[in-house]
Amino acid sequence: MQLISSADKKEAPQVDLPVQSPQKNARLRGTILLFLLPSAILYLVFVLFPVIQAAYYSLYSWNGLGDLTNFVFVKNYGLAIADKVFLKAVANNLLIVVLSLLVQLPFALMLALVIGKTLPGRSIFRVIFFMPYILSDVVTGVIWQFIYRPEGGLMNTALQRVIPGFQPQLWLADPKMALLSIFLVMVWKYFGLHLVLYVAAIQNIPDEVIDAARIDGSSTLQVVRYITIPLLGSIVRLSIFLSILGSLQYFDLIWIMSNGGPVHASETMATYLMKYGFQSFAMGYGSAIGVIMFATCFVFALMYQRVIMRQDLAGSVTER
Amino acid sequence: MQYVQRRRTIAASAALLPRYLVCIVVACFILVPIVTAVLGSFRTSAELTSVPFALPTVWHVENYTSILSEGTFWQSIENSLIVTFATVALLLAIACPASFVFARIPFRGREVAFNVLLFGLLFPATMAILPLYITLRNLQLVDTLFGLIFPQVAFGLPTTVLILRNFFREIPQELEDATYIDGGTKIDFFWRILLPLARPSLAVIAMLTMVGSWNNFLLPLLVLNSQQLWTLPLGVMQFQGEHSTDWALTMAFVTITMLPAIIFYLFAERYLVAGLTAGAVKG
Repeated sequence: MQLISSADKKEAPQVDLPVQSPQKNARLRGTILLFLLPSAILYLVFVLFPVIQAAYYSLYSWNGLGDLTNFVFVKNYGLAIADKVFLKAVANNLLIVVLSLLVQLPFALMLALVIGKTLPGRSIFRVIFFMPYILSDVVTGVIWQFIYRPEGGLMNTALQRVIPGFQPQLWLADPKMALLSIFLVMVWKYFGLHLVLYVAAIQNIPDEVIDAARIDGSSTLQVVRYITIPLLGSIVRLSIFLSILGSLQYFDLIWIMSNGGPVHASETMATYLMKYGFQSFAMGYGSAIGVIMFATCFVFALMYQRVIMRQDLAGSVTER
Repeated sequence: MQYVQRRRTIAASAALLPRYLVCIVVACFILVPIVTAVLGSFRTSAELTSVPFALPTVWHVENYTSILSEGTFWQSIENSLIVTFATVALLLAIACPASFVFARIPFRGREVAFNVLLFGLLFPATMAILPLYITLRNLQLVDTLFGLIFPQVAFGLPTTVLILRNFFREIPQELEDATYIDGGTKIDFFWRILLPLARPSLAVIAMLTMVGSWNNFLLPLLVLNSQQLWTLPLGVMQFQGEHSTDWALTMAFVTITMLPAIIFYLFAERYLVAGLTAGAVKG
């Protein structure tokens, strides 16, 4: 009925708006409920509820069994801040953040610029560079443990052949080297993600802009410096964001390759949480560590998005 | 004229050379560890200790036959497959309708609900892992594959719904109107128009979810105790622990574990990269 009148679209753009009969309304509500309920239940039970629980548990001293009776308020947080091992873990997380920003991202960016828009065969290189990203952390960790073996491992053998008089290193077993050794593996595994982000952004730069600069007589380096890099701004800011969040939560490779050792040399907040919360049944304490991790990430994410990514986010996720 | 052009092409190829050089060096850095593992799996541990990187003098396949004849390997492959496919299927089954509502059916409180969901983008699974474990224990899901599937789906929801909602919003209103003119309902529109149109996006989400689930380590480590439920990452870890001195055997295990992943990757690379970059580059 209303369909006929809506032939003129400007007057009635939404066909279903005039339908306000109670049955139809109830049916619509039923549809909404039916469509949302499964997601809502899973999300609330397995994501939101545990997160809220973490905040609650963190105020108790609790071994994970029995009732929550031993209310200790913020003592768990105090213990964490006073624990040298935890502080070491935080420092290691920060070190990973700094190294990623200074080594991994510039490396990925340089390589993306080298690949550029035009390099013939670039898709083959992309396939290779991105490959480690899809390997599981366990496989990666075991392969690199094999390479880092002090006795007859590829790393020592190769370095001994290239550098005369090179002393074989213990790598993962050496407190001074462990974290750096693992960081090299992290670069190996994750730089591909940042690379494909940069390459995709470079592909999106219109040819006209570059041609125009060329016609004005700019050299390749000038094009890179004044056109490509400035146009990559938003993607670089995003990749810094992802990299920092990832570094603050990092767990897998470290757990597999060094288990946070030797003597806590490669401990991170996440491995600390697993060891001191889960393995020693200190659920309250572990939850406090989780809350500290979350707070760190949350504050960082909020500030970063407000201050640095503000112009990038206009009109995307948060604004809509 | 021709001369100039030829000089130009020569100059252009000369400029390509250093670029290729850089790419090839990095490609070696990426590939050498993988190739070392594969080659190592065909040698014996004694050979490995004397010369770590070389073609095998004799190609030993005993490592493989001994692994393939073991039940544990097949068991963990099966578990990984079950968990991965169940996660993908359940995630798509519940995320699609939810994204549809968030994209095209306005109701009071929709934006609030959506923001609560997006909040989940900020949570690392690590942070809430202890309470999650307690929750799973209360629901008696510890040491079951469902204890893996449900949380994986739940943590996959925010990203998936975000991507799908944005896709669904871009479908023109005219298509929806046309469905109603033909006497269809909202559900018809969702089921017969939107979902078929979204097939490419769904494929990308499915692939990303597959990789994530196949490689997941932290959650299985916590949830699964009994060996017959272990997924591949746990299987690899356990195997390495048991055969810590026999590197050749371990490398064989690693190689057959990563082989399916690499083959899958070679086919799906384009979609995976597209999926990972699409949102980022546009945003």
